[in-house]
Amino acid sequence: MAAQVDSISLLNDYPKEESPWRLVFRRFRKHKLAMISLGVMLVLFLITLFARQIAPFEVDEITVGNYFLKPGSVQEATGRVHLLGTDNLGRDLFSRLIYAGRISLTVALLSVVISSIIGVTIGAISGYYGGWVDNLLMRIVEFFLTIPSLPILLIISAMLLKNQDAIPIPQFLLELAGKLMLLEVREARQAVLIILVLAGLGWLTSAQLMRGMVLSLRNQTFVEAAKAMGAGGAWIILRHMIPNAMAPIIVDASLNMANYVVAEAALSFLGFGIQEPIPTWGNMLSATQAYMLDMPWLPLIPGLPIFLCSLAFNYIGDGLRDALDPRLKL
Amino acid sequence: MKIQNEQPVLTVRNLKTHFFTEDGVVKAVDGVDFDLYPGEILGLVGESGCGKSVTSLSILRLVGVPGKIVDGEIWFEGKNLLSLTENEMVAMRGNRMSMIFQQPQTSLNPVYKIGDQVAEVFTIHKNLPKKEAWDKAVELLHLVGIPDAEKKAHAFPHEMSGGQAQRVMIAMALALNPTLLIADEPTTALDVTIQAQIMDLILELREKMGTSVILITHDLGVIAEMADRVAVMYAGQIVEQATVQELFARPHHPYTKGLMGSIPVLGKVTRRLEVIPGSVPNLINLPQGCRFSPRCKARIEQSLEICLHENPMLVETGSNHLCRCWLYDGQMKSAGDLMEANHE
Amino acid sequence: MNEPLKTHTARMELIQVRNLKKYYTIRGGFFQRIKSCGKAVDNVSFDIFDGETLGLVGESGCGKTTIGRTMLRLIEPTGGEVYYEGNNIFNLSGGALQAIRRNMQIIFQDPFSSLDPRMPVGESIMEGMRINRIGTRKEQFDMMIDVLRKVGLEDYHARRYPHEFSGGQRQRIGIARALALRPRFIICDEPVSALDVSIQSQVLNILKDLQEEYGLTYLFIAHNLSVVEHISDRVAVMYLGKIVELAHRAELFYNPLHPYTQALLSAIPIPDPAVKRKRITLKGDVPSLFNPPKGCRFHPRCPFAKDQCLVEAPPYREVQKGHFAACWLNE
Repeated sequence: MAAQVDSISLLNDYPKEESPWRLVFRRFRKHKLAMISLGVMLVLFLITLFARQIAPFEVDEITVGNYFLKPGSVQEATGRVHLLGTDNLGRDLFSRLIYAGRISLTVALLSVVISSIIGVTIGAISGYYGGWVDNLLMRIVEFFLTIPSLPILLIISAMLLKNQDAIPIPQFLLELAGKLMLLEVREARQAVLIILVLAGLGWLTSAQLMRGMVLSLRNQTFVEAAKAMGAGGAWIILRHMIPNAMAPIIVDASLNMANYVVAEAALSFLGFGIQEPIPTWGNMLSATQAYMLDMPWLPLIPGLPIFLCSLAFNYIGDGLRDALDPRLKL
Repeated sequence: MKIQNEQPVLTVRNLKTHFFTEDGVVKAVDGVDFDLYPGEILGLVGESGCGKSVTSLSILRLVGVPGKIVDGEIWFEGKNLLSLTENEMVAMRGNRMSMIFQQPQTSLNPVYKIGDQVAEVFTIHKNLPKKEAWDKAVELLHLVGIPDAEKKAHAFPHEMSGGQAQRVMIAMALALNPTLLIADEPTTALDVTIQAQIMDLILELREKMGTSVILITHDLGVIAEMADRVAVMYAGQIVEQATVQELFARPHHPYTKGLMGSIPVLGKVTRRLEVIPGSVPNLINLPQGCRFSPRCKARIEQSLEICLHENPMLVETGSNHLCRCWLYDGQMKSAGDLMEANHE
Repeated sequence: MNEPLKTHTARMELIQVRNLKKYYTIRGGFFQRIKSCGKAVDNVSFDIFDGETLGLVGESGCGKTTIGRTMLRLIEPTGGEVYYEGNNIFNLSGGALQAIRRNMQIIFQDPFSSLDPRMPVGESIMEGMRINRIGTRKEQFDMMIDVLRKVGLEDYHARRYPHEFSGGQRQRIGIARALALRPRFIICDEPVSALDVSIQSQVLNILKDLQEEYGLTYLFIAHNLSVVEHISDRVAVMYLGKIVELAHRAELFYNPLHPYTQALLSAIPIPDPAVKRKRITLKGDVPSLFNPPKGCRFHPRCPFAKDQCLVEAPPYREVQKGHFAACWLNE
């Protein structure tokens, strides 16, 4: 007989082995553009996280008479600097950009999280149980995917923005969302509705992706091994399917992040998203339309972060995809 | 038995094929020498990663990136293959030398009829008109024992069983009566009864056409039934080479002995099988000295120091018997002395 | 020690398989009608005695793997019964099924896909105990270390991930995982066919040692007759979904009654050039399961086929004591 083992701590003498995730990060670091993108996004997130501390002006602080100041202008009275100038109402663009970033990024992030959770759950159930459940769920998914996404986004958000109380949202959620986005509860409702619209249409592709992963994992021997040990469906999905499907889900989420930033901007730009005076990158861009010819730098100010985010999340997704590629040794 | 005073058809000298990977240089083939005589079947035997397949790919110069033949000579029909241009090599492959693989079904193109694929060999190398090439293909399919060859020539690869697909591969390989056939695990993917058919076919065609064969396999049973001579490979080198009777009657190298003891033999039931401890070494980070030394029971039992410091040479240890082991190296003593002298 | 001839009459049947059937159907057309039906396992019955190893050999597609999977209900059967200690496991569900499943484990062929790549192997080994809620966390851990040592691995391996192991080591982990539930019966599904020769013998020896130590019962499924002969007490030979012969190892190898067994035995290459045998080479390929020959399924390839064989399938019966066969030559 083998000697009895004293305690779990026995293993702590040995160095912890490199986990698959650590290996992934090691490979991710080799992807230069992805690493730069990750850096850029971290900086953007940090800036928006400390929006209150960094922004020199309040969101809706209006200095009368200081309309359309050029970037770098100094207020004569107070000596405060408008780094990126002011808009048609004399609001500081730099400060608004930071607050807008907070909202745009939060909306995109929450939409990704929610749509991934819904997608993974539906996809896993559909793929694992198969049969009529699978048939029903996938036909629903396909039905919605056949409808072009921008028009349906516009219609739904237009309808929801008209009657904002159509969907009951618990008060505490609104308060939480308000805190996250530095908004009042009344304003937060708009943002939450946009998140729901984006996530409500976004989970469809995630579900398809997850279902495909589950179908291929279902035939792996380790799943059979778990069944032979008496594991049920929930155990297998939670302990084996989801961890193994995580890689493509994360890649997908990262690419979706880019899509949601753009989608939110597009909605707001077209006037069906979050409305003025709440700043988002999209409606800031929209507001510059009228003055574009006279002041061509104006649209660049909100346009650049949209562009940067979209590019960065695409590169991060690419980097993750390469790092997670199972064909490379793992 | 082979008469070995003939000129060899293939001479491999100091062949080194290395793979340049991110993790380091993989010495897949690291100094391999052998001769192949006319009409002979030379068995290359070893476990996965021993370099037997890379050796054969090197002979055909089919080693792809990141692999590279870094040293050596391969003499075939009076030419050093490693000094030929790629175009000259293309003319050589499938014509003077050809190869069959382990997975016959994946080696055939799924969208062409098998008759067309066999006929292609004639249109490419001999410029035969289509009709004539097709007739020749059917004739060949008949030769390799495909029943109802005229009809089967119209079949697509997925309509064939593994055994039949391997027959088609053999037909293509032998179409132009090559001097050299390399068979890389030709029966491993097949069932036992089909394996027996393919083994018989290769032996029969060798008799008929006088082709020299390099037979690569991990199965000592297949070697014993088919090969005339055997080279045992371990970690990129040949460790023992002898005629098949000699090798099985008097294996020298501890690795060869270990392999033979570790396989169950039909009709000879033993209580326990012999075990070679450990596993095949990492080809990037090879052990110092003899590459087998960390797993070698003989070294441990006789506590041989030299094995850990110096890799032995492949030396003649009997008639037509070569072995790479200090136990059989006549110079061991003097080499041992040398080591001591160095220590002083 | 392994006594040469175990008389099984005095021993208890741990597993009884009766008329096991597994049919696969191909559906096609607009209404998904059944187009053809393949009998992967067709009315197979056999017993496995407590503490023995029953070898199950056959060529690819003969249904041997399906039998193993069906016996554990990893695949649902089309018909028949499988009794574990007298309980028909096809009639059980829920807790009763789970309780019996603990006792019946399986070791898989492919050492690479049989371990979850995202789980440290220690977790994989403990998983069965977690699912079945056996013991405290500490007891589970101790058991895991115990079985890890049993299969010749080190404690620290528990923390590593599957990609850090060689094929042979992974197969040991697979064995440890099966062993951790302290089963009485293990199905070994081609456990060594993906391994190198020198590693095969390590794994075979471990399986033999564990059987002795724990009194395990094995169903050893393989295509390699030499390996099966080495490890089994009795051997069953399958052809196209049916068992054609079953006998004690020595009996089967020295006195094969079915022409297929005879051909199979003679087709195995013997690693000794001094042995010269007359090989019975079978003509043709194994027919498709979806279109099996009428009468005896082996008759198109059988060198001894008679008229009767073309018409009627031979009965599978005990021809000599403990020696079952299905062939008209023995009738």
